[in-house]
Amino acid sequence: MLKIENLHVSYGGIQALRGISLEVPDGKIVTLIGANGAGKSTTLRTITGLVKAASGSIQWNGGELLGKSIDKIISSGIALSPEGRRVFADMTVVENLQIGAYLRNDKAGIAEDIKWVYSLFPRLEERSWQLAGTLSGGEQQMLAVGRALMSRPKLMMLDEPSLGLAPLVVQDIFSIIREINRQGVTVLLIEQNANMALKIADLAYVLETGNITMSGTGAELLANEKVREAYLGKNG
Amino acid sequence: MQYALSILLSGISLGGQYALIAIGYTMVYGILRLINFAHGDVFMAAGLMMVYLTSFLGGLLPAGLVIPAGLLLSVALTVILGFVIERAAYKPLRSAPRMSVMISAIGVSYLLQNLATYVTGGLPQMYPEIPGLSKTVTIAGVSTKWVTIITPFLVVALVIALTQLINHTKIGMAMRAAAKDFETAQLMGVKLNAVISVTFVIGSFLAAVGSALYFTNYQSIVPLSGALPGLRAFVAAVFGGIGSIPGAVVGAFLIGISESIIKGSSWSVFSDAFTFALLIIILVVKPTGLFGEKVTDKV
Repeated sequence: MLKIENLHVSYGGIQALRGISLEVPDGKIVTLIGANGAGKSTTLRTITGLVKAASGSIQWNGGELLGKSIDKIISSGIALSPEGRRVFADMTVVENLQIGAYLRNDKAGIAEDIKWVYSLFPRLEERSWQLAGTLSGGEQQMLAVGRALMSRPKLMMLDEPSLGLAPLVVQDIFSIIREINRQGVTVLLIEQNANMALKIADLAYVLETGNITMSGTGAELLANEKVREAYLGKNG
Repeated sequence: MQYALSILLSGISLGGQYALIAIGYTMVYGILRLINFAHGDVFMAAGLMMVYLTSFLGGLLPAGLVIPAGLLLSVALTVILGFVIERAAYKPLRSAPRMSVMISAIGVSYLLQNLATYVTGGLPQMYPEIPGLSKTVTIAGVSTKWVTIITPFLVVALVIALTQLINHTKIGMAMRAAAKDFETAQLMGVKLNAVISVTFVIGSFLAAVGSALYFTNYQSIVPLSGALPGLRAFVAAVFGGIGSIPGAVVGAFLIGISESIIKGSSWSVFSDAFTFALLIIILVVKPTGLFGEKVTDKV
């Protein structure tokens, strides 16, 4: 279980997070919704250690993450599929998956997990030897998710996986997220597509300019008048 | 004909020596986007260390072991020097603007030159003769040192080994990932500082090997001995497309051969001017160099 308490983060004098607290229980899908610049990405980046926090605490299975190096955090079972996919364009698909397992040394297990990722995303197997830069946007997103899975995370964080993708592809990605969760991986999902995110979320938080302003189950927030107005469009 | 062959041979050999320096420039640039101005001086320092180590070891070891032990130790110490320079002068500036790191590199360059002046008293030092490399050989009527013949083969072997390392090992994969995207590489668990250190270690190792070949040919070392070869190797790296290892190697051979041709003509004094004219032309015609990729700044 991931537990964030009173987390403050500043970028060059600007407060990006102003004391947020949230919980991601094991085995659940938790989503963080909010407008651009609300601090969603900052939250995920702080969890991975890419961004340093000013104060607060991030507990992961009882241990403190703040102050730990990125590779220690990753090897403790947390993975991030970053915003904008960020696949390694001039490496092949299979190399991208291999580097996802960079901290692992079990060759047989890695080979098995590549097969597992291919079973989740058959399209990637067809393109195994292609350079990642030649993939379509949807395929690159699948690769980014697959690459993050290669570290065998207990907590999988996804930053805007639907960004810029066609609706059909978005549905594919979301059904894979559910499938990953069904296989026992806890999911923390950031989305601008609040409608899709809330539908699959067990638990949801609304982030506004660095503060958490609302929380509840996915269904509760979907039904909430304020959320509908602000994030789903009045008729959404 | 013989004259042409001798010029070609020495050009190829010189080019190979530049290539070993140029790879260090291009690899460091590939990862840190830093022109490591101290690299040529590391090359000079490798030569000086060989001079002092062999004279020191001369009193300790049997005669036959002095040169091999000196070579091994000078290469090892050069690698340590490269590592320490990165940790002391560049790592603390990791999040500083690129210009600051570059100025730090210029500072290290002068520091090494001044240290060399202090140690040598400014007097030229004679590079020890390496048996096997210094001997003369005659090919098709052209007599030259063995080092001229060996250099291109050694360079090709080292480049192949390096390419294997980069394309087929875990650390090589980490280097390629870090060269493209620091942040995402870190998200994979790549330890950036380790990767950067390895890059400097490889670059210094190759510069040390290059220095043994180069100074076997030129024999005398002064504190500024690294400056011009370093600059020419840098031009070679830019010429080939900075960041690209094959580019640096091809560029270095081209620069070495053209330098050798000009030095063999009556325009000999203009050889460096020509090298830089070549750089200007390539930067105008193809700013990314022969094999360079379009430069996209890291986010």
